[in-house]
Amino acid sequence: MRFFVMMIPDVYKRPVPADFAPPADAVEKMGRFNEELVKAGVLLAGEGLHPPEKAARVSFDESGKPTVTDGPFAETKEAIGGYWIWQVKSREEAIEWARRCPAGSGDVLEIRQVFEPEDFGPDVARQERELKEKIGKNK
Amino acid sequence: MPSELSLTIDAVWRMESAQLIAALARVVRDVGFAEEVAQEALVAALAQWPTEGVPDNPGAWLTAVGKRRAIDIMRRNRRRAEKHRLLANDGIEEPPELNDRYDVGDDLLRLIFVACHPVLSKEARVALSLRLLGGLTTQEIARAFLVPEPTIAQRIVRAKRSLSKSRVPFEVPRGEERARRLPSVLEVIYLIFNEGYAATKGENWVCPQLCEEAMRLGRILSHLAPEESEVHGLVALMELQASRFAARTGVDGEPVLLLDQNRAQWDYVLIRQGLEALAKAERLGKPGPYTLQAAIAACHSRAPTSEQTDWVRIAALYAALTQLTPSPVVELNRAVAMSMAFGPQAGLEVADPLTRDPALRRYHLLPAVRGHLLEKLGRHHEACAEFERAAMLTQNRRERELMRKRAGAIPPNNLCGPK
Repeated sequence: MRFFVMMIPDVYKRPVPADFAPPADAVEKMGRFNEELVKAGVLLAGEGLHPPEKAARVSFDESGKPTVTDGPFAETKEAIGGYWIWQVKSREEAIEWARRCPAGSGDVLEIRQVFEPEDFGPDVARQERELKEKIGKNK
Repeated sequence: MPSELSLTIDAVWRMESAQLIAALARVVRDVGFAEEVAQEALVAALAQWPTEGVPDNPGAWLTAVGKRRAIDIMRRNRRRAEKHRLLANDGIEEPPELNDRYDVGDDLLRLIFVACHPVLSKEARVALSLRLLGGLTTQEIARAFLVPEPTIAQRIVRAKRSLSKSRVPFEVPRGEERARRLPSVLEVIYLIFNEGYAATKGENWVCPQLCEEAMRLGRILSHLAPEESEVHGLVALMELQASRFAARTGVDGEPVLLLDQNRAQWDYVLIRQGLEALAKAERLGKPGPYTLQAAIAACHSRAPTSEQTDWVRIAALYAALTQLTPSPVVELNRAVAMSMAFGPQAGLEVADPLTRDPALRRYHLLPAVRGHLLEKLGRHHEACAEFERAAMLTQNRRERELMRKRAGAIPPNNLCGPK
């Protein structure tokens, strides 16, 4: 099974300068952790994200009309600082990997399982495939 | 014991067992014995962790317990002189650091080569690899291969015994010996993958667990032996093939051929990984058979629509593959590529001589391909007969239905004659 793992860093809880980049030693430590994930055959993807100051949001009202808001967003307490996609055998394995992350004080890792067709049971898996096929055709 | 903790211990076992067995095997010089000691360390963890909690560094904990246990057993079993030699060499006083990765990597590579040693049968290598390297239980392996558990247990016991009896050294082969033995390792990984990829006789087309296991082993190996082009080639091949899992079956579970697949359903995370691995393989030298097959798979992965597939390149890659590993099946694939690149007649010219190949006499894909090409050339009567023959030969129910459907789809004024 696959997990989408979000890093919610303490540093993004407060405003950071637009040219913010994480300190070199933190990057190095995280690089070593990523190396471990790669060696174990677990890491499928992973990237760090620029601060929310540079983000934009596209939100939709009832009529489906989009509105664009530039970051930072006043109401956000937790912003994602990076993500991984891990291929593991169980939720516990993902947690075990997360426990080994060299995160800083106040950082949080959130682990979310990626839906796969089997998760829905045969009927829903079928519906989902039909839906995906439709989406594919409409493209 | 709370089930949550047992799941955590399962997870730790999966993450640590291969390295643990590898480290112990370096000390005790016997893979079977190392595995038993590792199991005992696991039993100790199951007894202690529920009350004392999971240690901060579970891998180091397991290794320390395992080494102590190994020494105890050897002390009991071995002659005094040998015992002293082993004790002098391994330094159990200091439990090894988990982050001592260089050494751990070497141990693991040794374990991989031993588990895939050519003295073992293919089945034994597969079972032993899943057990020692994948951390799978006998029950899990048995379930994946749809065989009774005692069969797998027996297979593993025998494999361990053969390794001891043949005195297979616990080492990474070098030079020519390595070049000779690497294919055996790659073969095992690809066998595991294929077992998952196509259940040729079953009702289901995909069984992803074994595929995931094979890909994981491949990725681990690619970091332990980064200079081996074919390791990256195999990883690329598996990831590119696996990227099409979701698209391979239609709404009713029927097979969907590559060119008819909805490319929006392909897994672009795996495609990216696969293309990266392929680029590494190609940088490292002259492409071997796995790299060539991956390069062919990549031609499909790179094409945004099936019409944009670079068939000329695929045909050339198949020609290179035929040179390297002559095989009528590869030749049949080349026939398809030739037809796509240069028209059905060009394909048929490659496919027709194959009808005389005894190896393909009962191979359902040959009539399936010829049927397709003949149909395109307007030779409906012959096409229909070929589809019927393909339906008769295939072991897969879904595929049989597909072939029957194609035979039935021939225009009415070209109906099949009596057979």
